[in-house]
Amino acid sequence: MLIRPKAGILDPQGVAVERALPALGFAGVANVHVGRLIELDVDDPAELQSMCERLLANPLVEDYEIELRRQAGA
Amino acid sequence: MKFGVLRFPGSCDDIDALDAARRVGDAELLWHGERDLRGSDAIVVPGGFSYGDYLRAGAIARFAPAMESVIAHARGGGLVLGICNGFQVLCEARLLPGALLPNANRHFTFRQLALDVVQPHTAFTSACEAGMSIPAKHAWGRYYADEPTLQRMEAGGQVVLRYGAGENFNGSVRDIAGVSNEAGNVFGLMPHPEHAIDELTGGSSDGLAIFESMRLAVEGARA
Repeated sequence: MLIRPKAGILDPQGVAVERALPALGFAGVANVHVGRLIELDVDDPAELQSMCERLLANPLVEDYEIELRRQAGA
Repeated sequence: MKFGVLRFPGSCDDIDALDAARRVGDAELLWHGERDLRGSDAIVVPGGFSYGDYLRAGAIARFAPAMESVIAHARGGGLVLGICNGFQVLCEARLLPGALLPNANRHFTFRQLALDVVQPHTAFTSACEAGMSIPAKHAWGRYYADEPTLQRMEAGGQVVLRYGAGENFNGSVRDIAGVSNEAGNVFGLMPHPEHAIDELTGGSSDGLAIFESMRLAVEGARA
């Protein structure tokens, strides 16, 4: 699951990173946002959305994306 | 009148909240893993770092067994006060509208604050003066709710406390420092009234008025 601050809500972590990159000489950086990556093994992928809504993300202030990867041999 | 003060692994302001509550009534600590609220008339969800604040502040604490009872207590009209991390827990539990986000200044900040009591006739502010001086200490205190929610809250008198001029260091929307639910029996704030109950250590004793207001509300309802 990829969880990121909703667009339009100030993301202080992103702002700090956006200021740090030019200090290292990387020019032309904009719209930096810092989110979270949650990796897990799950028996029933149908439950992932409910996991995000109830615990892993706060839908009031965060958007989330679910990416499925079938394990080799599974 | 009895206060129950929750204690989570990582709570650190529970003893100050207990002391503050004992200035105005009886009070007992309630362990997060137990459902019994032990006859408490009002619940305090204190500050600290419940369950390490992993994921988001308050996100895991809201599912504690004690919180199930606190939610039932709130739904039945019982008083619930959330301070700092407790405010975050009550928002995560959806007992209060909105959410708390990282401070706009990107720092953990500790300072004494001037607050405006916007709603002086609530169960949590009836004994308060128009202005209060109490400390805040947090890294994750920027109050946020979307515009339609804010308009509903303002119209319903749910914005109870605002940061005074120049005091909104965390970047809270509309300078909001404390909010209540629609029914007015659940209240959360980022600053710490329980740390301001004594001039010697708290910078003022203004915080006591919040606990005193709760006592008046409980005993008034009983009379």
